[in-house]
Amino acid sequence: MEFNTNFILGCSAIGAGLAVIAGIGPGVGQGIAAGHAAAAVGRNPGAKSDITSTMLLGQAVAETTGLYGLLVAILLLFVKPLVP
Amino acid sequence: MGQGILLSEGTSVDFMIHGVFSYELFGQTVWITTTHVCVLIVMLIIMAFCLFANRAIRHATEVPGAFQNVVELIVEMLDGMIGGVMGKYAVNFRNYIGTIFIFILTSNISGLLGLRPPTADYGVTFALGIITFVLIHFNKFKHQKVSGVLKGLCEPWPIWAPINIISDLAVPISLSLRLFANILSGTAIMALIYALLNKFAVIWPAALHVYFDLFSGAIQTYVFCMLTMTYITDACTTEEN
Repeated sequence: MEFNTNFILGCSAIGAGLAVIAGIGPGVGQGIAAGHAAAAVGRNPGAKSDITSTMLLGQAVAETTGLYGLLVAILLLFVKPLVP
Repeated sequence: MGQGILLSEGTSVDFMIHGVFSYELFGQTVWITTTHVCVLIVMLIIMAFCLFANRAIRHATEVPGAFQNVVELIVEMLDGMIGGVMGKYAVNFRNYIGTIFIFILTSNISGLLGLRPPTADYGVTFALGIITFVLIHFNKFKHQKVSGVLKGLCEPWPIWAPINIISDLAVPISLSLRLFANILSGTAIMALIYALLNKFAVIWPAALHVYFDLFSGAIQTYVFCMLTMTYITDACTTEEN
């Protein structure tokens, strides 16, 4: 079967849009982490700097899965691996 | 870019790596790209800073001046961070962690100087990831010996060994991809804003620069160094101590 280039580019764009849906998960996860950190600061205000650095580290690690989705989207849009 | 982005009439969205010139090496075409140029500029900035810092410390005074104060602050901050995570192993890794911290931080915020951040090139971050990988495994074999490494691979059962090997190999890839994708996303968004809203992008993108270049760059530097330190400390720790 032969597809023309524009059709493949359009499908790549749809695929890129679907790939960044991966951002939902890290968003929820980071929100939960920030909420718990806020609660922890409320309980123990003296440990604010420790809690903040732990929260940022955890959030940055949780962000990775979302970034993989972004990477797939960027590859589909700009590197165009599917276009012959 | 061409038909990649239809909205940008005339103005092209450009955040890709460009070749500057190429040469032949053993029949292969090797490109010198914008990344090399940017790494060179970042290196020159760090070297100039180091020369001045060296001179300031050589002529150190009892009551530190402004520049000496800044240098001492940086060294104390790095020492505190590394000592807090690595404990008694900190002495051996202060140089390496301090070096990559300063290099990655300068690279990340070089977007403010109008450069394309070198860390937005997978070649740079993957090299950093491989250095970390080699350090982890060198220290693993040094401290836990071959028997300890084999025992660690067969946790909890010997049948688990392939999965443990895969998770070991995934460490440098996930480390480097995290740094790369974060910086690339900042670069891409700033390029999109400047290209698509080129008439409206006045002054207010500065706030986005603060987030994408300064905040995100500093956080990712911290995360990269923190994870490197955690992995290395993990590799150094044996069951006896």
